[in-house]
Amino acid sequence: MNPAVTETPNDTIFAHDHHLPRQKLPADIPEDLLRKTPLNLPNASELDVLRHYTRLSQKNFSIDTQFYPLGSCTMKYNPRIAHAMASLPGFARLHPDTPAPAMQGLLQVLWELQEWLAAAMGMAAVSLTPAAGAQGELAGVAMIRAYHLARGDTGRNKMLIPTAAHGTNPASAQMAGFEVIEIPNLPDGDLDMAALDAHLGPDVAGIMLTNPSTLGVFERRIAEIAQHVHAAGGLLYYDGANLNAILGRVQPGQMGFDVMHLNLHKTFATPHGGGGPGAGAVAVQERLKPFLPLPTVLKEPHGALRWMGAKDLPQSIGHLSAHGGNIGVLLRAHAYLRRLGRSGVGRVSAYAALNANYLLKELQRLGYQAAFPERRASHEFILSVSDLHKATGIRALDVAKRLLDFGIHAPTIYFPQLVPECLLIEPTETESKATLDRFVAVMAQIRQEALEQPELLREAPHHLPVGRLDEALAARKLDVSAAQE
Amino acid sequence: MSKIPQSLRYSDTHEWAEDLGNGRYRIGITDHAQALLGDLVYAEVPEVGKDLQAGTVCGVLESVKAAADLYAPITGKVLERNEALSDSPQLLNEDPYGTGWIMVVAAESAAFAELMDATAYAKIAEA
Repeated sequence: MNPAVTETPNDTIFAHDHHLPRQKLPADIPEDLLRKTPLNLPNASELDVLRHYTRLSQKNFSIDTQFYPLGSCTMKYNPRIAHAMASLPGFARLHPDTPAPAMQGLLQVLWELQEWLAAAMGMAAVSLTPAAGAQGELAGVAMIRAYHLARGDTGRNKMLIPTAAHGTNPASAQMAGFEVIEIPNLPDGDLDMAALDAHLGPDVAGIMLTNPSTLGVFERRIAEIAQHVHAAGGLLYYDGANLNAILGRVQPGQMGFDVMHLNLHKTFATPHGGGGPGAGAVAVQERLKPFLPLPTVLKEPHGALRWMGAKDLPQSIGHLSAHGGNIGVLLRAHAYLRRLGRSGVGRVSAYAALNANYLLKELQRLGYQAAFPERRASHEFILSVSDLHKATGIRALDVAKRLLDFGIHAPTIYFPQLVPECLLIEPTETESKATLDRFVAVMAQIRQEALEQPELLREAPHHLPVGRLDEALAARKLDVSAAQE
Repeated sequence: MSKIPQSLRYSDTHEWAEDLGNGRYRIGITDHAQALLGDLVYAEVPEVGKDLQAGTVCGVLESVKAAADLYAPITGKVLERNEALSDSPQLLNEDPYGTGWIMVVAAESAAFAELMDATAYAKIAEA
């Protein structure tokens, strides 16, 4: 600590700010890296800054202002009461290193959440600490690895992943040290059992499945898949990306899964998108309990609560974050579940599926083609505009861009890659019939425009601050530096 | 719709191979593949000297729509690779059978003969 004060402002970091004690620059910064002119900071009044950011926020598309049917993302309304509860000063001002006896209230909430999630998923135990969905996935496959190794079963280095699995699964498996083997899906959306059986063997650690899958359909042979994988000594991982579709209906544990993650930030009342904060809680069956990430919350027989550490779980895969995870997200999940209750949780999936199937039927009636017309939608569904593409050259991208003109966020496009020119649409349970009907009316107009005035779509959006950006140029010549005038 | 030159042979993962003589084969992706991927923004191509196994992943192609694996259409060793792709991945879109070539590999002629001809590939590409 030797903040030597100098008298000449030009060689200080904060040359513009005479209120701060000026520190001498370290002597070892090369001359050519030293700034010769003052930093060109904008000089604006507080009111101008406030107006600038208010205007920017008004240009934003958000779930608070627009219908947001972004498939695979579950952009639903997050009840404000959950945020109000998480913001209570007793929670919000608690220091993470507060001794357990002085934070029994928070520990009680976390313990209850662990218990509720385990019961709702048909699993034996839960760890809330993973800080995002991807970290939950990594924790899940790391536990599968730890389980096999702890039994001396050292040859299981392959992870099977269906083509219809969530997009991040291969990366998680690879990071955990597995070789990824892709298993194809059949034209009806279900897993190719013959391909699965051909790969199962003593070198397979397990399979990562999303059910309903990214194709928006429920894997009907899941019980059979579980039986085959278990018979070959592998474990089943459930990706919670599409949990909104099955909440309160069927439990991953019942389907035969051994380990799973839940996206508490998308299914349980924390707004998501934009990269965080998240919470990817993991739930496991009895045999994987010793490997859960730390810390978890334990309730002693006399009722006191404490963190469980490495002494309690010596085989744990370890810590994933400095403390107990993203507590704000966990508190919102607790409030959300508490408000819904058991029957309310079931209504989430019922309305999510009802809204998706209603939209699917209405859009089919307009002439849009379903990717899996013989299948009932889960909570989301896929349309393909290949017919429009063949007829007029209009692509999924053009339909998506035109939707923006009507104040509707574009659905996911070109994912899953299995279906050409596709739109993946997820209305979620929190939209009213009036909103869905407006979306149908807009899609009717867009279809007509596509057939009669395709140029209108190709040049869309027409009513936004910016039109078509050159995505290819932006990716090829990345430039994130501020413009220098 | 898409161009499928008669002189080349094709894999079901949408790569083409051209016989350059002396056991050397030039490899690229088809016109159909580049159209499906959309504007390419990044190409990760195997190093010279790398051994390739037919049907396995040997690189990555990233477009504005998706990141896709590049598969080796033929078993062999990489002799040359198209260095221009690192700065100009758009060559894969603009001229997939010419300046957008990906690599030259040394391989057995029997392996090359197993690839599809243009007629067979056209059935896959237009399905």
